[in-house]
Amino acid sequence: MAFLEVKNVKKSFGNTEVLKGIDFSLERGQVLSIIGSSGSGKTTLLRVINHLETADEGFATVGKDIVLDASVKKLSEKELREMRLKFGLVFQSFNLFPQYNVKKNLTLAAELRAKEALGKKASKEELAERYSEISDKADALLEKVGLTEKAESYPCELSGGQCQRVAIARALMLEPEILCFDEPTSALDPELTGEVLKVIKSLKSGEHTMIIVTHEMEFAKNVSDKIIFMSEGVIEEEGTPEEIFGNPKSEKLKSFLFKENF
Amino acid sequence: MTFLQITTQLLEGFAYTLTIFGATLACALPLGLLIAFGTMSKFKPLNLVSRGFVWVIRGTPLMLQIIFFSMPNLWLTPLINFVFRSNVDLPIRGTEATLIMVCVAFSINYACYFSEIFRGGIQSIPYGQYEAGMVLGMTKRQIFFRVVLLQVVKRIVPPMSNEIITLVKDTALASTVIMVDLFTVAKMIVNKTVDIWPLFYAGLFYLVFNGLLTVILSRVEKRLDYFKV
Repeated sequence: MAFLEVKNVKKSFGNTEVLKGIDFSLERGQVLSIIGSSGSGKTTLLRVINHLETADEGFATVGKDIVLDASVKKLSEKELREMRLKFGLVFQSFNLFPQYNVKKNLTLAAELRAKEALGKKASKEELAERYSEISDKADALLEKVGLTEKAESYPCELSGGQCQRVAIARALMLEPEILCFDEPTSALDPELTGEVLKVIKSLKSGEHTMIIVTHEMEFAKNVSDKIIFMSEGVIEEEGTPEEIFGNPKSEKLKSFLFKENF
Repeated sequence: MTFLQITTQLLEGFAYTLTIFGATLACALPLGLLIAFGTMSKFKPLNLVSRGFVWVIRGTPLMLQIIFFSMPNLWLTPLINFVFRSNVDLPIRGTEATLIMVCVAFSINYACYFSEIFRGGIQSIPYGQYEAGMVLGMTKRQIFFRVVLLQVVKRIVPPMSNEIITLVKDTALASTVIMVDLFTVAKMIVNKTVDIWPLFYAGLFYLVFNGLLTVILSRVEKRLDYFKV
């Protein structure tokens, strides 16, 4: 069994069936790109996996853990949080917390979690020790995305590309098993997409499993181990970048690629 | 009456005005937040009750509410006696008790206005902020208090400043039922001295205090200028 297994995910909004039964799998350390035209359901799929939308049907596992089970209707907040934490999600519009500086954006959730894990009885020293570990980790991640000197800046002082790099570092803070990107460069000016794509690419080293919903075909081709082409709520075609771009089989994919190249 | 005597008397009245102002602000802010949660609730009965309550309070004159609350023996005592099948006489009489009831009236009235400002502020925060908190494994509570609240505060400071300044002047409405606040005292001095200027002198008290509040509130606004929402 693969590291991530997603089975028969269905989702409707009102009468519109957005996902009509999605199955796919991914090995640990692999990078999967999901491509397709707007409205094909790729973002919804990502949101369902991250429990930002509730699936009507479907089941998913990461390793041995169940991360999605639509047959269980009432999840407690705690269960939901545990499932969500298997994934990290980088949003199209960054969604950084504007009132916190870059460093605090990274550490906030981790600190709250550490405090919770230690419980009320924890001594100040223990907590301080955990916080300093968290701080070190944040520094390391900021270095990784090349924003060490921006640690004290506020999101409103950063460019879009810098914001998105902070968002990537923030998503990595809680060490998700799988890091998801929802059109990470769609809100950026063309000249800023490069720096973000570079950071994403640098994460591809076998230790990060990633799912990327993207419109950047060139990037998808370069970075992915596997590509899924979605159309009208189904997976129309999937394969390696060579297969998808070099030898597309379905008419829909052919016409999609033709339009993208145009 | 000498100028000093008038000043002293007005200051005594001003102390009561400040009491009504302070008590109202302290009660109406948290109560307003609770009502805001009620009007945003997906739980239908709570939602309807909260919205109905806001409708009644905002839809009737504040002066009427002050009169209503200053006469608890007319409705509160019978109500309590009916509910508990008792026959007690509530000791809500005299200036002190009436002052408290006036504060209750002000608090409820302002809480309703505040609640709408809170609701507007909370609903103006992009849903992406909540989602970002969720995918980082934060609880709803943590998301509200650690992520959303300060952004809401930043957004509502200007409309809140408006309400707070209005409240200072609205305290003069208390003069319908109690004879202690600044405006009442000024009116009484005017009656006694047959001189109109103490009334305008009292106006100066309101003006100076509101000037002070304006400075404080714009400081708060400045303090929150370091980020954008």
